[in-house]
Amino acid sequence: MNTSPADSGILADKHQLNFSKEQIMDPSTADSGMLDQRRLDIVRKQRFQDFIFHKLTLSFSLIVLVSLIGLLVSLAMVAWPTFNKFGIEFIWRVEWDIINEEFGAAIAIFGTLASATIAILIAMPLSFGIALFLTETCPTWLRRPLGTAIELLAAVPSIIYGMFGLFIFAPLFAQYGQPALQSTLGQMPLIGPLFGGAMNGIGILAAGLILAFMILPFIAAVMRDVFEIVPSILRESAYGVGCTTWEVVRHIVLPYTQQGVIGGVMLGLGRALGETMAVTFVIGNSQRISASLFSPGSSIASTLANEFGEAADFHLSTLFALGLLLFVITFVVLAFAKILIIRTERAKGLRT
Amino acid sequence: MDQNLYRRRVFINRIGITLSMLAMAMGLFVLLWILSVLFINGFKALDFNMFFQSTPAPGTEGGGLANAIVGSLMLVGLSTLVSTPIGILAGVYLAEYGDTSWTAEITRFMTDIMLSAPSIVLGLFVYAILVAQVQHFSGWAGTIALSLIAIPVVLRTTENMLRLVPGSLREAAFALGAPRWKVATMVTLRAAKSGVVTGVLLALARISGETAPLLFTALNNQFFSLNMNGPMSNLPVVIFQFALSPYDNWVRLAWGGALLITLTVLVLNVLARVFFREKITS
Amino acid sequence: MSESPEQALKTAIQIRNLNFYYGKFQGLNNINLDIVEHKVTAFIGPSGCGKSTLLRTLNRMYSLYPGQRAEGEINFYGQNILDPKQDLNLLRARIGMVFQKPTPFPMSIYDNIAFGVRLYENLPKGAMDERVEWALTKTALWNEAKDKLNQSGLALSGGQQQRLCIARSVAVKPSVILLDEPTSALDPISTAKIEELVHELKSEYTVAIVTHNMQQAARVSDFTAYMYIGEMIEYGETSRLFIKPQKQATEDYITGRFG
Repeated sequence: MNTSPADSGILADKHQLNFSKEQIMDPSTADSGMLDQRRLDIVRKQRFQDFIFHKLTLSFSLIVLVSLIGLLVSLAMVAWPTFNKFGIEFIWRVEWDIINEEFGAAIAIFGTLASATIAILIAMPLSFGIALFLTETCPTWLRRPLGTAIELLAAVPSIIYGMFGLFIFAPLFAQYGQPALQSTLGQMPLIGPLFGGAMNGIGILAAGLILAFMILPFIAAVMRDVFEIVPSILRESAYGVGCTTWEVVRHIVLPYTQQGVIGGVMLGLGRALGETMAVTFVIGNSQRISASLFSPGSSIASTLANEFGEAADFHLSTLFALGLLLFVITFVVLAFAKILIIRTERAKGLRT
Repeated sequence: MDQNLYRRRVFINRIGITLSMLAMAMGLFVLLWILSVLFINGFKALDFNMFFQSTPAPGTEGGGLANAIVGSLMLVGLSTLVSTPIGILAGVYLAEYGDTSWTAEITRFMTDIMLSAPSIVLGLFVYAILVAQVQHFSGWAGTIALSLIAIPVVLRTTENMLRLVPGSLREAAFALGAPRWKVATMVTLRAAKSGVVTGVLLALARISGETAPLLFTALNNQFFSLNMNGPMSNLPVVIFQFALSPYDNWVRLAWGGALLITLTVLVLNVLARVFFREKITS
Repeated sequence: MSESPEQALKTAIQIRNLNFYYGKFQGLNNINLDIVEHKVTAFIGPSGCGKSTLLRTLNRMYSLYPGQRAEGEINFYGQNILDPKQDLNLLRARIGMVFQKPTPFPMSIYDNIAFGVRLYENLPKGAMDERVEWALTKTALWNEAKDKLNQSGLALSGGQQQRLCIARSVAVKPSVILLDEPTSALDPISTAKIEELVHELKSEYTVAIVTHNMQQAARVSDFTAYMYIGEMIEYGETSRLFIKPQKQATEDYITGRFG
């Protein structure tokens, strides 16, 4: 008699709810006569409990998927009037006129992308340096405390970053940082206008700077993890031919973990795009696009946080449309990040 | 041997190492800066009234955060009660049943994305399905939004911890004739207990500081209220509103609240690490 | 099959034309074997020969893993346990198993024993206490453990943990006990205790033991099966097989010329 593959493993346990006494086939019948109705009842009860447990845990695990789909559907439904009125053009329209109900997402998208890009440009080298330090040069006894300290940077709630940015960082930035930038980078051709205009501390650049330190621990954590999966044999052979630490990282570790590193950066980008409270405090909340990064702007998330309280009817629908756009953008970025990280780990045999 | 080349290589190496140390120093500096600012301003605001008076009306003196503290405790507490069993059991499914099935793979992937997805969008979602339907903000809506944020954290930690349990332990339980649900709940889950606790603590830390989703769900309440069906005061939203207000006593209270939240979150994080270390060493 | 055990002995498990597959890889090739009631049967052979695989078919442990499957017949007192309708939990309660490494559950010593018993029996407190004491006594652990029944099973030494695991199996009163290299992670003294234990178990249980240690097989078993790359090379009474093997391959292995 053969057992089919379908009978093995998990499947075997869940397709057996319906059975009769004959089907249970207790081996003990032939044995010492320990079969009795009681044991059969217990088996039947256990199968029922297993069935319930399986379905219960399954349905709980589906909650994530269901809420994800529900999220998309419900946001799209509320946002529908907006897309109905402006069409796909909503994405690149530059108006934001609440009184006349003329809306476009371009200003918020610009602010979101600009602040997130600044954040990535700053956080990427910093987290690379931190990951390099923690995996290559840091003395072993310091790795744990320093690693924890960087992770705590991620634990500080977003709203704290916001308050810090608004009350502490922005005044200092207006007084020292912005003049310094204007007198140096601001004098250069092409990028000069980015650092022009009034200097009041808050604005897209300030938001990007604060964001950089919020996403830094996430990128550093991924980089550290993927750096650690480089087989020590590779590292040791490179040191063995006389490579310096920098050369080992540059020519062995980085190429080996390239995809994972990009994945980490994308993960940070995803975080930066959707970050709300910190940005709302420091971005300035103005519905304008300006050439200067010193000038106030707004991101999708900050627009939602600021205007939701007073919004009604069509304005509300527009905010939902913005939310939907934000979700789609971050989803794509995060999915891409995740795929890259999984691929790195899989290629190195950590996942199967 | 080309001495110049060698010297150049050593020089570049030294620059690289120095820069990486500077990056580390910068990260630490920012952490310490934020924490010290928070402690200095926060402790100035801490006083007896903060814990026993409710948030002040505009233009009035004094006041405290009692209603916001209690509201936050209720929201976070209830969310933990909701998300812990759901997250753990869902994690059990992925670890014990979902080895190869494609639904499990997708769930795993989506959960990882939800871990980093913008929380403000979850607030919009709960607003659309609940607040807009019943026409008022409520503590329950806030609880649902926070739970949706916490579940992926608990789920993924639980699954990862269960996967660390040696297969032989699982087999030993099956070898006694134990049904799968007993193996999962009484043996593997128990073996992974400290890791699971870590996940719950991390989720707790995560939702304690969440502000954005509460803006659209629990909103705020100037008065002391235990009614989960009505708008509910909570620390993050109070901090948001007070910090941006023109009143000095409001801003002061915002710093006080910020200190409370951050201390909670940091303590939870440290606790989670302690639990996890026990797991690793045992 | 090279040689049948004496006919007077009663067969507990009869294996017929058993083939086993890990996905596409065939792990066992046409195994035929009778495991005799109340005797100790040892499986020896070089690592990777399939002896553990064979043991894991006897309580269908492989069924936990998709992709692993067995073909043929394994008759346990006349009942083919490879039947897809076989209830696995009930089977495993009748055919217990002890593993290479000690696997105490993360609970007290008492609960470690009681866990399996509670699955199929609803004993009052007093009877349960008696059962725990009985199982621990049977495995010579009672004197060492009686004062710390409420402590974690992990607090015991490696050898004690392994005896606890055997006690746990014994406590549910199975008919067969499978031992998968039970002493490979233990020191010589603990090993000696377990071997002694195996001797005593056979008065009430049928025992099948996998071991990579030929001397151990010679010491503890009544019947020995020599396996090589998924095939049963030779099977017979231990006393005979070790003194006068019939196959050259067996002789090479037990004289240490190979393996």
